[in-house]
Amino acid sequence: MISAREITLRGRRLAVLTGGAGRDLVFLHGAGGATADDPLLLRLAERYRVHAPLLPGFGASEDAPELRDMLDVTLHGFDVIDALGLARPLLVGHSLGGMIAAEMAAIAPREVTDLVLIAPAGLWLDAHPIPDLFAALPHQLPALLFHDVALGERLLTGGLNLEDPQFLIGFLVRNARQLGMAGKLLFPIPDRGLGDRLYRVRARTLLIWGESDRMIPPIYAEAFAQRLTGVAALHRALIPAAGHLIGAERPEAVVAALASAGF
Amino acid sequence: MRFTWFNLMPWPDMPDDFRERHRSVWVDIDSRLFEPRRGHEVYNIYLDQLEYAASLGFDGIGCNEHHQNGYGLMPSPNLIAAALTRRTRDAAIVVLGNSIALYNPPVRVAEEFAMLDVISGGRLVAGFPVGTSMDTNYCYGQIPALTREKYAEAHDLIMRAWREPEPFAFNGRYTKLRYVNIWPRPLQKPHPPIHIPGGGSVETYDFCIDNTYSYSYLSFSGYLRARALMEGYWERVAQRNAPDASPYRAGFAQTICVAETDAEAERLYAEHVLYFYNRCLHIFPGFADAPGYRTIKTIQSGALAQYGARFRYQPMTWAELIEGGHVIAGSPETVRQRMEELIRGLRVGNIFCLLHVGNMPTEKTMYSTRLFAERVMPALHGLWPDYADDDRFWCHPLENPVAPAPLAPGYAAGVSP
Repeated sequence: MISAREITLRGRRLAVLTGGAGRDLVFLHGAGGATADDPLLLRLAERYRVHAPLLPGFGASEDAPELRDMLDVTLHGFDVIDALGLARPLLVGHSLGGMIAAEMAAIAPREVTDLVLIAPAGLWLDAHPIPDLFAALPHQLPALLFHDVALGERLLTGGLNLEDPQFLIGFLVRNARQLGMAGKLLFPIPDRGLGDRLYRVRARTLLIWGESDRMIPPIYAEAFAQRLTGVAALHRALIPAAGHLIGAERPEAVVAALASAGF
Repeated sequence: MRFTWFNLMPWPDMPDDFRERHRSVWVDIDSRLFEPRRGHEVYNIYLDQLEYAASLGFDGIGCNEHHQNGYGLMPSPNLIAAALTRRTRDAAIVVLGNSIALYNPPVRVAEEFAMLDVISGGRLVAGFPVGTSMDTNYCYGQIPALTREKYAEAHDLIMRAWREPEPFAFNGRYTKLRYVNIWPRPLQKPHPPIHIPGGGSVETYDFCIDNTYSYSYLSFSGYLRARALMEGYWERVAQRNAPDASPYRAGFAQTICVAETDAEAERLYAEHVLYFYNRCLHIFPGFADAPGYRTIKTIQSGALAQYGARFRYQPMTWAELIEGGHVIAGSPETVRQRMEELIRGLRVGNIFCLLHVGNMPTEKTMYSTRLFAERVMPALHGLWPDYADDDRFWCHPLENPVAPAPLAPGYAAGVSP
């Protein structure tokens, strides 16, 4: 069971999804955000004490225009951990959240001792360009994000009615807030120099990728592994029948990968 | 009233099946559709047309900035404007404008506009658009949620560069300069008049009102659809206690076609108008609005209520375009009536006349332009008599500018002094 609560950070309201018992785990969500019924958070809460702060601009978290770049957001991540009163939690990040978690681990290698990167963004390979999330139309997203495209369609576009002006305004406001914030790190190319800093990461690290990830293809797992030269241990899991949103498609496999890596 | 003859400079040879075979006219348009030899001809014809309009007494001639765009061949409007300064004498050079967040450092705009102002003898009307999302975000890679902050900073830098007589240090977030000291300086003091193209952002309304800039709505969808947006602007002018509601605080772009009769207008121009509306405006919807580019306030204001329509496309007919006011076309009297309706309805003092449309050949363009200049414009120039003296939003040229000297024969012969 996951519930939403709010904390105040530097005078701004920040939503945190919390639940479960066990080791403290901080989950940094991707560009799509996270909700209390997120299947991966629910699974993780069976094993860990989960804290999933929502980035400014996502859900009930207030916008924070003062967060402009990678360093701002990385330090914000530490501010949140401090505000939650946590010490060296297991740090898990998916996609955009994985990029932030990796930066945190590179910037403060003694602070981040256990790291799980689930299809993280942050690198760019010219030979394998990542599709432009910001130019994608809603109906194009399921094929980019899911192994099971039909499931993706049900989850992502099932309730969309862009013909209804009221719905449309709400949809556009949510998009502008969330992807506006995500764009500070991902637009137009999701590379803010992380690749040059990954050598600093010392944490025991688990890299998880969905075999059918068409957003950030699994070749990027190789690119991360090659650059994570200083980690205490590197575990890898390639999950079949999962696309970029592994947590929505195969949450049990993600948790199993954490367990077998000893987290 | 002030009329500016405006050419978007569309590529005239987009194939008939462009819409079916290509995703977008903008951003990722197929580069193989551009043929440089034909481009040579097209640019020169378009410059001829602008010069012709100046010779007919249009108050201004105008150009704008687009990137990777099949209906706008002007990634650098300042190059076009520079070319126009030499063979025109009285017309304002209206550059609408430079997307100031895209220039690095933005003092480049202060410098180039100062050059244009000095070369033209004070004829520059300067525009500072935020730029469309297609240009600014998708072509030029600016981060959507930071674009407006960067724009605001660039604006402050340019205005200080124009106003401050001493070198100064500028410690911006996006631009840091130790010595800002542009050379040359603009001829018009303290700076050329500023027009801001906007698309319904409340913030842009306020920016214009507070700085005494003219707000320009550069829509292609005509004056009937513009009414709600312009009413919003005028309401804001009143709410914000602007000292006046001069119509010169606002401008509007309108597609116009003039012939001897309404029937002749359709016969001559329909094909070219349909080329523009049904072929040139084929933009992949994913490029229309990068998330974060619009402010939340603007989205919530409902100014984008037509937004949903961008997901579906219906080809338009001549009759629909006339009926909907996208295009004002017909005999001089028909056009005069509808222009007056537009001018009074939207309360605008500046009209950007789109008299070249789509792939219209130059003879037709000149015919329509001449009829407008001789038989429509004179009847409209005197509208807004109460504001006839309002010169805050227009250029102040030198009284006795120098004229380009004729080419001396000695140059050609290679004679040295």
